[in-house]
Amino acid sequence: MSSEPRGQMLLTALVGLILTVLPLPPWLSVVRPAFLVLTVLYWSIAAPRAGGIALAFFAGLMLDVFQGPVLGEHALALCLIAYIAVREHQKIRSKPAFQQSLIVFAALVTYEFILFAIDGWTGHPITNPLRWTHTVSGAILWAPVAAVLAATNDKRR
Amino acid sequence: MAFGTGATSTRAPSAGFRFTLYATLSIVIMFLDQRDEWFERIHYVLQATAYPIQLAVSSPSAAWRWLQESIETRDTLRAENARLLLHERELELRSMRYEALARENDQLRGLRAALPPVAERWLVAEIVSIQLNSLRQRVLIDRGTANGVFKGQAVLDDKGLLGQTTHVGPWSAEVILITDPEHAVPVQVARTGLRTIAVGTGDTAALALPYLPANADVKPGDLLLTSGLGGVFPAGYPVGKVTEVHRDAVQPLAQVRAVPFANMNTDREVMLVWFRPGHPAAPVSASGAATSGNRNMQPQKAPHSAASTAPPARAPASTPSASGAGAPAPAAAASRH
Repeated sequence: MSSEPRGQMLLTALVGLILTVLPLPPWLSVVRPAFLVLTVLYWSIAAPRAGGIALAFFAGLMLDVFQGPVLGEHALALCLIAYIAVREHQKIRSKPAFQQSLIVFAALVTYEFILFAIDGWTGHPITNPLRWTHTVSGAILWAPVAAVLAATNDKRR
Repeated sequence: MAFGTGATSTRAPSAGFRFTLYATLSIVIMFLDQRDEWFERIHYVLQATAYPIQLAVSSPSAAWRWLQESIETRDTLRAENARLLLHERELELRSMRYEALARENDQLRGLRAALPPVAERWLVAEIVSIQLNSLRQRVLIDRGTANGVFKGQAVLDDKGLLGQTTHVGPWSAEVILITDPEHAVPVQVARTGLRTIAVGTGDTAALALPYLPANADVKPGDLLLTSGLGGVFPAGYPVGKVTEVHRDAVQPLAQVRAVPFANMNTDREVMLVWFRPGHPAAPVSASGAATSGNRNMQPQKAPHSAASTAPPARAPASTPSASGAGAPAPAAAASRH
């Protein structure tokens, strides 16, 4: 209780960032899930008091530097879904794996929609439907990603 | 399932407050990023912090390339050397012809002294990381403001136009490719002089020319050159070749596709180019307003005065003769007049 897994959070977030910006062949990068977003979601649910929203903000800012047309848009979108995850962490935790994946899917769609809206408002509209594919692959890969993150979390206690 | 933490069961009390705080902060950042020129500095700092991560991410492939290059056999090196020599001879022949053409052109223009080439100097940069997908076509290069790189600088490879810099950090810069869906480059059809705009498609092998009327004189095989409008690229650099033209009787506009000359997929090195301001072929901006940090945006001066008083290079000068065999403008040849 007293020791929140802050070190693991930072470390896994860094790994998630690297996986997100790792150059991949185009066909693979289309289906690449947003690993950093999944990581932030996991920690918001698993350790809601450890500062998941702050993590979301700074992770989002890094994403903005790497791939955002506008600084702050990934930060805002990630903050919002991290906040929802922190608020509802009890409900999400008690759900079976399949339903969790659905919830994650909804969160990723919300995230992507915010990005889509901000892109549009700021004059960088990207209407390509391929931008939504990562929400599906992210939901499918949620269970294994969460399992890996849980392993890093358990190692310390 | 995965959350065997047994951690708190009560909700974090200040989650809502923290969310409001960070969300407001993000919105303020977004707002400022859209409005303020000085916000580029924060970009600059963030780019500097992100650069080590990008280097680390791209290091395995870079190491592999280095290994491959260092164990190349003598025979392959000799073969490559022979090929390059042949290529150099070919280029020399072509530049000989260029000199004659340049003189003839100057006579036609009635200029007393020959103009220097529009490219003042260039700098070879290596691509550190690439981001090529249907939404974003960007590359990161290993040169930044420390090398005198500025925002909105033209980037070429040995075949043609590649893109321009968007965000410049101290040791790195992000380049938006001409095939990025958000990028548009003003072009001119070489055969007819028709001016239009080539827009990126998100595919490294295709550009779209969406603003040509259905009766425009354009056909497959037409060469596209930069038109010099828009304030970033100078006139006359090769961009691509028209591949298909669809004319639909119902549609007022023709659907034209082109293939870019630059090898977006395979390039490892690119060239940053500084252009002589005031040169007739230098980029012309629509407003003529001088933007901070981009001296190519300065209002045009008379060609004569500009040619004689070309300002000195800003940062580590790599002279044209010293760098790259496949350089776009045969500068050394023309400045001998």
